[in-house]
Amino acid sequence: MLNSLLPLLIFAALAVGVIGALRRARLWRQGRQTPVVWAHLFLMPKRYLNDLHHVVVRDKAMAHTHVATAGGFVAAMALALVVHGLQWRNPILGGLLLAASAVMFVGALAVNHRRLNPPEKLSSGPWQRLSKSLLAYSVGMFLISLPLVGVAPTVLGGGVLALILLALVAWGLAEMLIGMGWGGPMKHAFAGSLHLAFHRRPERFDDQHRDPNSSERHDAHRGSRSTALFPLDLTAKALGVEKPADFQWQQLLGFDACVQCGRCQSVCPAYAAGQPLNPKKLIQDMVVGMAGGSDARYAGSGHPGLDVGRHHGASNQAIVPRLVEAETLWACTTCRACVEECPMMIEHVDAIVDMRRFLTLERGETPEKGAAAIDNLIATDNPGGLDNASRLDWAADLEIPRIQDRPAGVDVLLWLGDGAFDMRNQRTLRALVKILRAGGVDFAVLGEEERDSGDVARRLGDEATFQRLAERNIATLSRYRFQRIVTADPHSFHVLGREYGDFGGNYHVLHHSTFIAELFDAGRISVAAPAQAETVTYHDPCYLGRYNGEFAAPRQVLAALGLEVAEMARSGYRSRCCGGGGGAALSDVPADLPGRARIPDMRMEDVRETGATTVAVACPQCTAMLEGVVEPRPRIKDLAELVADALVEPVRATNATSAPSQSREEEPA
Amino acid sequence: MPQPEPQAIAKRPHGVKTAALVSSGRHPVSGRAGRAREDARAVEMGLALVGADLSLVHAGDPEQASLRESLEGYLGMYHGLDGGRPGDERDGQLSLLPLRAGEDAVAPLAAWLEQRGVRLALTGQRAECGEGSGMVGYLLAERLGWSIATGIAAIECCDEESVTVLQALPQGQRRRLEIRLPCLIAVDAVAEAPRQSAFGPARRGRIETVDDLLPADESRLDTGSADWRWQPARARPKRLKVVKSTNARDRFKAAAAKSSATGGQVLTDLSPEEAAEKLIDYLRAEKILAQDDQ
Ligand code: SF4
Ligand code: SF4
Repeated sequence: MLNSLLPLLIFAALAVGVIGALRRARLWRQGRQTPVVWAHLFLMPKRYLNDLHHVVVRDKAMAHTHVATAGGFVAAMALALVVHGLQWRNPILGGLLLAASAVMFVGALAVNHRRLNPPEKLSSGPWQRLSKSLLAYSVGMFLISLPLVGVAPTVLGGGVLALILLALVAWGLAEMLIGMGWGGPMKHAFAGSLHLAFHRRPERFDDQHRDPNSSERHDAHRGSRSTALFPLDLTAKALGVEKPADFQWQQLLGFDACVQCGRCQSVCPAYAAGQPLNPKKLIQDMVVGMAGGSDARYAGSGHPGLDVGRHHGASNQAIVPRLVEAETLWACTTCRACVEECPMMIEHVDAIVDMRRFLTLERGETPEKGAAAIDNLIATDNPGGLDNASRLDWAADLEIPRIQDRPAGVDVLLWLGDGAFDMRNQRTLRALVKILRAGGVDFAVLGEEERDSGDVARRLGDEATFQRLAERNIATLSRYRFQRIVTADPHSFHVLGREYGDFGGNYHVLHHSTFIAELFDAGRISVAAPAQAETVTYHDPCYLGRYNGEFAAPRQVLAALGLEVAEMARSGYRSRCCGGGGGAALSDVPADLPGRARIPDMRMEDVRETGATTVAVACPQCTAMLEGVVEPRPRIKDLAELVADALVEPVRATNATSAPSQSREEEPA
Repeated sequence: MPQPEPQAIAKRPHGVKTAALVSSGRHPVSGRAGRAREDARAVEMGLALVGADLSLVHAGDPEQASLRESLEGYLGMYHGLDGGRPGDERDGQLSLLPLRAGEDAVAPLAAWLEQRGVRLALTGQRAECGEGSGMVGYLLAERLGWSIATGIAAIECCDEESVTVLQALPQGQRRRLEIRLPCLIAVDAVAEAPRQSAFGPARRGRIETVDDLLPADESRLDTGSADWRWQPARARPKRLKVVKSTNARDRFKAAAAKSSATGGQVLTDLSPEEAAEKLIDYLRAEKILAQDDQ
């Protein structure tokens, strides 16, 4: 009986699964089409073993569990096809099949152990069922294959026991094969593999590595290899994403790959603060929209403050507000923590900005404060609506050279950023100027010709204003000669260095921490040892760290200052956002409702836990957000301020200002 | 004065053709062209009243470089209308009445309003650049024989015959007026803030040039302005009222007061000559006219 029923079962499940898979693929192809390069399928195994595993392995136990379960399953399935399906009852293959099932069983036990007391980030429902189905499949397959190696009692060949075994295997096959095609939890394996192959940002994977010897620091950090937003064609008929079908098909495929592991949820600062955004739920909302239906079957944590089950969507229906509330989209700080942690390489930030683009460009529904900032950017080139000519007012006494007066060019163009209008940040800029002078750096500024980089406008979805600012800045920069740009603002650093390239502006941009570290390395500045030992901690800005992979230079600077750094639990690529990025601070999503915390307060808690009395920062936004935390709290000091305070005048103080800087030799003649 | 409660707009006055007169604005800090602040409020008021049925008109020099940008600012406000369902939305339409140098805007605007059968026209109180005399509304109303109401903060309701509005008075007071149509309404800066101007609708909005409104031979030249001397406007000095009260509330009230109408007198039943006498006396007393002025 078994010998005739089993092949039937396997092939029937396979056939039904394939039909489901084809239908699923049709769902993805509702998205905007791009050419499909089938050869990319061959990239998949390497990307899986290398890049995906790299993320999964951050949770060691889970990585081992997955290797055992998935590896066991793939092997057991392939062997079962040959042995049971094609009836090639070879004892060696049978032995291998037993081994694979056993490995899978061990993995499935671990899965079930984790599911006994599932952490809040995990989804229940079908995912809880999957853990049982894994057991069913592995146990069933193991027992049913025992006769192959001749150890099993022959009673297995017939009777009630055989029926029970068949039922177990059928359950397993239904979950694993049919579920894979028809949208069960195992869909993640199918969609996830294809997503790896056809990922919209191939630069994220090793195989697209441009130049192994490249000095670009961001290559050192995988998460920062491809972080620039995609430019939007402003002449296109529809701007941004209104309905699920407006996403590119790879994005839909990516959403479908989500395993609801909740890693994104547990790192999201907006979620932790009780803002109405849970990145995991958002991705599931996209899946609901793509496939059509309601979110009532979602079995995980929702967007804080919003009930699960009240939203529904269809692939050709507007997403906001029936499927996703606008405030969910505006709560995101674009910190990329979710993208960094996602084992399925899903791009949450791209999706959020795509939907924001539609809201801003087509519906004019940017939150009030954000809209005011955009209006100011259009009228005055800075988000505060201030006279752009006052950009240098803080430096009236410093006699900073203007690049307009240096037709032969300079080594360093100092990009001030909008912090130049902020009194707190002006202290940082003054400190930076002092350091540049002490290091004998040949530098100049654009002054009132500098415009906002367009960062905020772009994250708020106003691609039109961003592109206008970018084009104007690029036109300005093309008139002057400089070797590199240095800025104390990671947002300008990112936008100028990473995002202007799409519009024809290619520059060598350095964050001031990198540049100061270089000055130390070259021995061009020297500092006094700290008077008394002090513990500091360092807060990694998202746009410097995760976006651009610069984790080392700020720490080198602190080490050069002789300061002891106590790292926060969440630092480096796992740094928690200060809450100031991506226009979230302009989003009008109230932070002071019951059950909500302010994101900077939570970050300050992280700081306090280290026992540090000073937190070193490297971004005007972070400075402003953290200084907004009520006293008493640790001091907030920019790296430039710490260095400037400790500077000792070099011995050649008398001719310090006229000493040629080392890099002037590289100047264009 | 009793403070009228603002009422929601009762119903859409279908059939009352409504238009907004818009001009090119000038940003107070950068001087860049864009929506004029009061005109944008007039458009907002019109959109709230009749949705995308609102038509826009501008009379100006079509060759001016930044004109399109300013006008698109208004067209970008055509969103969230018609029940707010995207897809059903209609794009904005603007009629551009080309003016050559030295031509006056009143004649073509009046002709356009008549030709289109407009019965309710909304506009700001004065332009932000150019003459900025604030006279266009009055001249239009005079020429067309319409009613005019200035300093309007809100439209409460509108039917085929009349429109009920709230007029802004100093210190946040409002006066309810019922005005017979056709009528021109000059919107105050305290009216509802204009909605965001979005790039998509701005891009789709249509600007149509209308240049056959007036017979070519009629003189439209604004002869008066030919020999004017132009200089940038300066903010007028503000009269300081020194309040010697020790009471913070009084001092605050004095500081926050716009020129309020207290202490004035209402004169009725005077002959025109007597009225003119009184006015001249007043202007002399305020030292606006010199004593020996005629
Ligand atoms: S989006 Fe990624 S990180 Fe978030 S739940 Fe899904 S797979 Fe996990
Ligand atoms: S980018 Fe940051 S704030 Fe936005 S969803 Fe991801 S983790 Fe949350």
